[in-house]
Amino acid sequence: MIVGRFLRNGLDWRAGLVILVLVATAILVPVLNLAVSPDSAWHVPTYLVSLVGKYLSFALLALSIDLVWGFVGILSLGHGAFFALGGYAMGMYLMRQIGSRGVYGNAELPDFMVFLNWKELPYAWYGFEHFPYAALMIILVPGILAFVFGWFAFRSRVTGVYLSIITQAMTFALQLAFFRNDLGFGGNNGLTDFKDILGYNIQADGTRAMLFATTALMLALFFLICCALVASKFGKVLVAIRDAESRTRFIGYRVENYKLVAWVLSAVMAGIAGALYVPQVGIINPSEFAPANSIEVVIWVAVGGRGTLVGPIVGALLVNFMKSYFTTGTLAQYWPFMLGGLFVLVTLLLPKGIVGTLAGFLRRERRPVEPTPPLTTAAREDIGPAVTNPAAAE
Amino acid sequence: MNEKAARSVLYLDGVSVSFDGFRALNELSLVIEPGEMRAIIGPNGAGKTTMMDVVTGKTRPDEGDVYFDGTVDLTKLDEASIASLGIGRKFQKPTVFESHTVWDNLELALVDGRRPFTAIFGTRTPSEKERIEQILETVRLAERRNVRAAFLSHGQKQWLEIGMLLAQEPKLLLVDEPAAGMTDAETEATAVLLREIAKEKSVVVVEHDMAFVRSLEVKVTVLHEGSVISEGSLDHVSADPRVIEVYLGR
Repeated sequence: MIVGRFLRNGLDWRAGLVILVLVATAILVPVLNLAVSPDSAWHVPTYLVSLVGKYLSFALLALSIDLVWGFVGILSLGHGAFFALGGYAMGMYLMRQIGSRGVYGNAELPDFMVFLNWKELPYAWYGFEHFPYAALMIILVPGILAFVFGWFAFRSRVTGVYLSIITQAMTFALQLAFFRNDLGFGGNNGLTDFKDILGYNIQADGTRAMLFATTALMLALFFLICCALVASKFGKVLVAIRDAESRTRFIGYRVENYKLVAWVLSAVMAGIAGALYVPQVGIINPSEFAPANSIEVVIWVAVGGRGTLVGPIVGALLVNFMKSYFTTGTLAQYWPFMLGGLFVLVTLLLPKGIVGTLAGFLRRERRPVEPTPPLTTAAREDIGPAVTNPAAAE
Repeated sequence: MNEKAARSVLYLDGVSVSFDGFRALNELSLVIEPGEMRAIIGPNGAGKTTMMDVVTGKTRPDEGDVYFDGTVDLTKLDEASIASLGIGRKFQKPTVFESHTVWDNLELALVDGRRPFTAIFGTRTPSEKERIEQILETVRLAERRNVRAAFLSHGQKQWLEIGMLLAQEPKLLLVDEPAAGMTDAETEATAVLLREIAKEKSVVVVEHDMAFVRSLEVKVTVLHEGSVISEGSLDHVSADPRVIEVYLGR
């Protein structure tokens, strides 16, 4: 009941439209893939289903960054770590589903462990053959890491670039750790060769369509949750922290707790995105932890529009479609320059991103711009001998 | 603790703070009575802002006692707890939530619902709305309630911030240069507003503008190099040779 009211508060026409589009996509694309004959112009080929499904999981990752960056002002350059951890948890479940169908035919141990001459399953892998346990880990592992990280970082009031640098260090450290064979997660090859998910063949068109639909629906669900969160008083406090952190503190809010709640929720979203990504691409390896990956996600958010919730979805889809388009032709080698140039252009010309700029146009049409009478401290000549105190302004 | 401390709303005794060897506060002692309004003046670096930082929990004193309401030791608490006790602070530079409307700024400052999960699922009550209306009238921003704070004039931002302090329902208000950057008319109106507030609450005002301090008609404390050098009516401190030497004489 309370949750219902909470979610309803987040629904305005724009959120409703986005959710409608996502739900329609979740239904239409599988139908067009499975029920329409491949000869028809309306047929959606399976490779495209998987490709867009992958992009939708990226969109969920971008959405998770927008929640903390757009609304609390925490620029995370390490969200790829939460994404990859969720992905690994899913990968471990999928590895355990292979059973004796691996190259070495060992029913108990995944191939890479047999190859490393391991005799028994490491403790960390216990329970991953059960999907509910794996699903729990998809939420808990990124969530707990984010909680511990955030607990220390926010309590010691690390902010701004310093925090961004620590998040980079976090994902880089994890990348190095996961590269090691003796950590027990497949080393630099990662986890791959998946066969089944929940008893269905992971390569089958039907399974791929279902994975696609699940990803679209998850994105719609978390989009709704984010909208509701941002519309609630909690969301207003988050924006207050972004605008004037110390003012928020002096009003009596425990800023670190608010940051922690948003941060952990964001990490969990990123983890779920990773878990949806892995079965659709068929592999997870330590390169997902690469610092550059996390930075790229930030670019998607900036392109789409930071602090708009719709923007990161648009940005993630747009940039990734561009990436797919440009990296297949003769322009492939120039893609990094295009991506970099795009970021520079957006920062200079569209600081609010695509969605933010469009929303600005719409608003301007509806009502005139507020008058802003600027009254700077320079206009203080009337107050006599200036015994101002610039030192105290800090 | 002595009797004087027990009766006071704010009691500082022998408070010292050093930053990298610089003594920002040097054995500062200050007592604010319930319902009192006090003006604090002093030249640059006298320790006025540091004193507010100590009272609001931003800075921990190296030594000395800081008591609120006679019994609460402020040196052991953080900003959020001190704010919840009933100490409100206005910054020198107006600090409001620019992306929020005037109404939302006040709503966020209202006393209840400080915890994250109450904030997620809570709703506003009619009495809260009434309270916000009241404050809007007091700080003369009723017509601008739906305007985003970023679009307010400098003086209006100052008032909005004072309004946010009122919404906190504090017992003690610390106000840092409320008249900075205001026109004469606004300055005058601010003095009236503060005198109005001081009828119910204790107020400490840090200010440079002598005309403004005079219009407040209250006891004045002069700080210099982290200590109190003079205290009394504005005329009394203005006549104090030490004050003239360090401050007014320049």
